[in-house]
Amino acid sequence: MKLHIKNGHMIDPANGIDALQDVFIEAGRVLAVMPPGTCPPGFIAERTLDCAGLIVAPGFVDLSARLREPGYEYKATLESELQAAMQGGVTSLICPPDTDPVLDEPGLVEMLKHRAKTLNQAHVHPLGALTVGLKGHALTEMAELTEAGCIGFSQAEVPIEDTNVLLRAMQYANTFGYTVWLRPQDAHIGRGGIAHSGPLASRLGLAGVPVMSETIALHTIFELMRASRARVHLCRMSSGAGLDLVRAAKKEGLPLTCDVGAHHLHLTDADIGFFDSNARFTPPLRSGRDRDAIRQGLFDGTIDALCSDHTPLDEEEKLLPFGEASPGATGLELLLSLALKWADDYAVHQDGAAPAPVRPLVRAIAKITSDAARVAGLACGQLAIGSVADVCVFDPAARWVVNASRLASQGKHTPFLGYELSGQVMATVVAGHIAYQR
Amino acid sequence: MLNPQLNKHGELQHLLTIDGLPKSIVNHILDTASSFVGVSDREVKNVPLMRGKSVFNLFFENSTRTRTTFEIASKRLSADVINLNINASSASKGESLLDTIDNLAAMHADMFVVRHAQSGAPHLIAKHLIDTKQSHVHVVNAGDGRHAHPTQGLLDMYTIRHYKKDFTNLTVAIVGDILHSRVARSDIHGLTTLGVPEVRAIGPHTLLPSGLEQMGVRVFTDMNEGLKGVDVIIMLRLQNERMSGALLPSAQEFFKSYGLTPERLALAKPDAIVMHPGPMNRGVEIDSAVADGPQAVILPQVTFGIAVRMAVMSILAGTQG
Repeated sequence: MKLHIKNGHMIDPANGIDALQDVFIEAGRVLAVMPPGTCPPGFIAERTLDCAGLIVAPGFVDLSARLREPGYEYKATLESELQAAMQGGVTSLICPPDTDPVLDEPGLVEMLKHRAKTLNQAHVHPLGALTVGLKGHALTEMAELTEAGCIGFSQAEVPIEDTNVLLRAMQYANTFGYTVWLRPQDAHIGRGGIAHSGPLASRLGLAGVPVMSETIALHTIFELMRASRARVHLCRMSSGAGLDLVRAAKKEGLPLTCDVGAHHLHLTDADIGFFDSNARFTPPLRSGRDRDAIRQGLFDGTIDALCSDHTPLDEEEKLLPFGEASPGATGLELLLSLALKWADDYAVHQDGAAPAPVRPLVRAIAKITSDAARVAGLACGQLAIGSVADVCVFDPAARWVVNASRLASQGKHTPFLGYELSGQVMATVVAGHIAYQR
Repeated sequence: MLNPQLNKHGELQHLLTIDGLPKSIVNHILDTASSFVGVSDREVKNVPLMRGKSVFNLFFENSTRTRTTFEIASKRLSADVINLNINASSASKGESLLDTIDNLAAMHADMFVVRHAQSGAPHLIAKHLIDTKQSHVHVVNAGDGRHAHPTQGLLDMYTIRHYKKDFTNLTVAIVGDILHSRVARSDIHGLTTLGVPEVRAIGPHTLLPSGLEQMGVRVFTDMNEGLKGVDVIIMLRLQNERMSGALLPSAQEFFKSYGLTPERLALAKPDAIVMHPGPMNRGVEIDSAVADGPQAVILPQVTFGIAVRMAVMSILAGTQG
């Protein structure tokens, strides 16, 4: 199909574009990017999207979205969650391996890839389990899993207790150049904790997860990186102290990237209020100071990418006392708005200072497109000529109120319920076909 | 954020925690309790304030003592009391907490007295009742996880007021396992609300939560230092499972450092009172000579506890949803 996306303001951070540009798409790929009013010779569009007043960006790349397949289909199905991805403008998803069964065998990965492909919506990129069953004892068949479609290897939320196994896993992954995705969390300190250790947790009588559970794990990971030279992506950073360590490790030259979940960019432990289980996350929401460090870290590049950390949960898992409720929230359909909110807040915050070379909006888009793709080792997240035409068209100013009936995801729980946010996805194009249009 | 335990007129709708409770409401509860203290001494111990009302004791965690005091308080108010030991029934059948609540509410419950191992469980129930427009049903927190035990806190306040009259010139020490203690948290909030100028927490670092200072508490790790010149000593129960392990090496060593002996008690003011929420571990947190001594007010605490619970329940029963 030949698709003409016209009159939109194009933001393509990887290619330095922040201007009015038309995009011409043919056979699923970008054919040309040209100023409005011009056209590649002989191009006759079969479909045209008029995007006057809208922003045309690469489709978003989400570094953590749980689709709940296989195993937890009652919480969400691939259909519902990929529809949510389309409504959120997310065209590439990276899925952690903590499904049931765990993604530790090539057959399971192939099945998931196949199911996603038949739905013909977002591109699904699974992470394989780093150890069999995520148990932290035996290595998985990483080469086989890569052949089946895994783009990296992760322990999801299960820290490896045996540091020697972690070292071996990193050495083995590095043999083939695979990236190891780790959430920095000590296996012992903070175990059983459900909220950030601090005055609020003490007052509410909630078991704490101290910041050092993150920093101790980081020190260990960095030492193992120095020994193994493995490339590591750190998932879901939560603390300012942790980011200071990441900053130093990057300066040292360790092959390191990291991301943060969109909720941690805006919320703090105070949002738990009177035991609101919608504000339960792993890692926990931390102090205002940590939240500010995260916002700054995303701006200065210490944090490479922003992800939704999408976790669809049903009522039975959330309508429980805080300590019994499952952590996590729905996120795919909020990713854009939460990224834009950060950009808006930052534009205000930076007021009076020297203007940044790249405006906050462009930076926010980069964190959910090209920067995220770079972390995952994917070619998507940008719209260079010849690249796969994954596009998100959105209205940055349109406001919407988060409520359960609006969300396509089967997960209806989010601490942002009732919030009014900016940023409305108007169309999502996947490999040149219009997969969603509002 | 709205305080979930007050209705739109600022009246007590549920009793979930002393944290954030206006001083006027705390005083109203204590004043009401004093009118009930005499009731227990009468020939006929019942008053008809809750005749025809149903109180459901929902104990998701075992506690004979607290459940009994609520039961007695309900009966003295002429309410019907239904005791449910949930551990043994629905929870094991997989019924969710809120399903249980809906079922019991459909049996025309007027009040739930809730004990739960999870901090915040009574808040969840109260919020659910509001969300489902059943705000005529009241919730009393009878202890949730490490969070709060507001009726214990209130009866401790009643006891202190009874013996010391004025809160605004007192120094109060709370001793022992503050980290895991809902009683300590409720006492701290009660004391600071009522204007006690110095609240002290005494214990080893492993049993002191972070952020106590933000709750208005002065922290001591040396018991002898912490007891100097205090008017009130509140000893906490040390749970058996904490007595040996990574938090404490042994009960003996705990007693050596933090047990309340007559020698240590002598460091406090001569007229200091000694309190304990019970049940006591003699020889672990408190010496028998102190527990049975003239300064101990541990049994009066129990008696006042009935009156305070009667006060809380009668005030709630009189609040329109």
